Amino acid sequence: MTVSATLVIVMAVLYALGVYAMLERSLTRVLIGFMLLGNATNLLLLIAMGFPGVSPFHGAEGISDPLPQALMLTAIVITFAVSAFLLALIYRSWQLGEADTLVDDEDDLSLRQSAEETEDALDVEEEDAETEDEETTDFTNGEVSPLTAAYEPPRDVEGRS
Amino acid sequence: MSLLVPLFVLLPLIGAALTLLLGHRSRAQVVVSVVTLSATFVLSAVMLFAVDAGTPLAVSVGGWPLPFGIVLYVDRLAAMLVAISSVVLLAVLLFSVGQGAADGDADTPISIFHPSYLILAAGIFNSFIAGDLFNLYVGFEILLVASYVLITLGSTESRIRTGTVYIVVSLVSSVVFLSAIAVIYGALGTVNMAQIAERMDEIPPNVQMVLHIMLLVGFAVKAAVFPLSFWLPDSYPTAPAPVTAVFAGLLTKVGVYAIIRTETQLFGNSDLNLVLGIIAVLTMIVGILGAIAQAELKRILSFTLVSHVGYMIFGLSIGTAEAIGATAYYMVHHIIVQTTLFLAVGLIERFSGSTSIVRVKGLLAAAPLIAVLYFIPALNLGGLPPFSGFIGKFALFDAAATVATPIMWVGIGAGILTSLLTLYALMRAWNLSFWRAGDDAPDDSAEARFGYLVAAPAADEQGERRVIPRVMTGAAVGMVAVTIALTVFAGPLYEICARIGESLLQPISLVQLEDVEQAT
Repeated sequence: MTVSATLVIVMAVLYALGVYAMLERSLTRVLIGFMLLGNATNLLLLIAMGFPGVSPFHGAEGISDPLPQALMLTAIVITFAVSAFLLALIYRSWQLGEADTLVDDEDDLSLRQSAEETEDALDVEEEDAETEDEETTDFTNGEVSPLTAAYEPPRDVEGRS
Repeated sequence: MSLLVPLFVLLPLIGAALTLLLGHRSRAQVVVSVVTLSATFVLSAVMLFAVDAGTPLAVSVGGWPLPFGIVLYVDRLAAMLVAISSVVLLAVLLFSVGQGAADGDADTPISIFHPSYLILAAGIFNSFIAGDLFNLYVGFEILLVASYVLITLGSTESRIRTGTVYIVVSLVSSVVFLSAIAVIYGALGTVNMAQIAERMDEIPPNVQMVLHIMLLVGFAVKAAVFPLSFWLPDSYPTAPAPVTAVFAGLLTKVGVYAIIRTETQLFGNSDLNLVLGIIAVLTMIVGILGAIAQAELKRILSFTLVSHVGYMIFGLSIGTAEAIGATAYYMVHHIIVQTTLFLAVGLIERFSGSTSIVRVKGLLAAAPLIAVLYFIPALNLGGLPPFSGFIGKFALFDAAATVATPIMWVGIGAGILTSLLTLYALMRAWNLSFWRAGDDAPDDSAEARFGYLVAAPAADEQGERRVIPRVMTGAAVGMVAVTIALTVFAGPLYEICARIGESLLQPISLVQLEDVEQAT
């Protein structure tokens, strides 16, 4: 099976970028990471097809394998639907917390803290919580929602202007 | 018979479309969902008897010849799991109908619950009857997308937070699974499970190993196998009680089912049993230690769910026919019992407004029926004889002792320890919540012994107390009756499972699949 090196390189770069973006705290970046990963996987399916031939409709020798294309189409549709759902989720998360970052579970934090208190004798170096990376996408400090910001005048979003 | 198999996907999907159209008439929605799932229940019972008596069923969808078309394949394992899941889906549906009727639309947006729930059912059935890897992937996606909606139902802050974790983790596992399918297609030129098994010997062992591990990683996230189980105890407890119940019973088992197919049908010769055994031991021990540190019943149960997935992985790592049969029996037992426990906890939550074992007390005197509904499945999960949990664990340990390699003895030891610790975690909850006196008098001895629990997550949450409709109690009683039936009819059920173990050890070939397809 011969495959195009360009496709393989592009796929590898997409996978790398996708994984990198998914590790962020900002949900918008997670979404971008997921879409990159999805496209990388679609490219992988395309590579699995082998060398492209003529359209299968010709019925001649040397047609390309149609099955991976069918699989890709299905995968694209699924990625699309899930991305739409994720966008809605991110918007709802923004409405609730005015941030699209993933919030820490307070219960987990309290459990960890109580465990740390009991382990004081072990002389564990405590990480400074203040220096924690609080990166989000740009619109978190604004006072209007990302959607209503485009309109004039800004509408109320859940009681906040 | 060829008409029967696709109905398990078609009926719930049609039901979902109808309930979506009937969005404003919740009563009509209830009727449609209950009728749909009752019909699949009856059909699944028919299919189980037909498949167990004769040959498996295979249907090529759309009349495309094998191995090019999509094939639906039902053997004993698939038929039994479809039957068990329809029981669970129907019972939990009735439970949630009772809850919805009592609470009204304001609390749980019912109009989206029923369509999502039926789509979830379609996805679960599709995963069980899939005969090729890509259809299995589609089944996974159907049930996952429905579960995304169900786990964030109502869009409260905590559900969005935990739902996000669940969704992102599931997405990553889906991407791994899809990549594995692409690589398998690249290596073998097919996604049909029978043909994959035939061609697997033609590729080098190291490539086989890569494919095997990729698939296992994708499935292990869904099955919540340690160390890929961290998402489960975080995301399940915040969902509504019926949703948690059906997720706990079925979603992880779909992952386990996929691992069973991987180990038996796809990679019968590629051997990762030692790794699986070690992972199984770690899953059992780490999971149950998590449960002991919790003070909230739903969290305790979520951690026991993780640890008991370890038993099924351990059964697979043994690799003999008896062990696979025992694994199948354990799966059935665990689906039913775990769901029942979550339903009982749902009742406790409504009755006392909390599921914290530090806060809830005096339930035995106040609500004896709930106490019974909790006590029986709790003993069962803990593995006390004569219940089905004991039978399943004993069968697993028996199969492991026959093989008698060092990892098997470690596994048996870990299994017994986990069983005892499960019993400890659940009976501690029983002592604190049911046996402790219900009055407000401070109970110094209990607080001294279990003081550390106060620091556990959600230890002091208090919601409102609500009435429990009869339908909810009825559904829970029905499920407890099913758990007892698993014990009473353990003989015939175990014989089916033994036959499952026998037949799974011989991977089906393409010629056999074609014969089956002709005969269906």
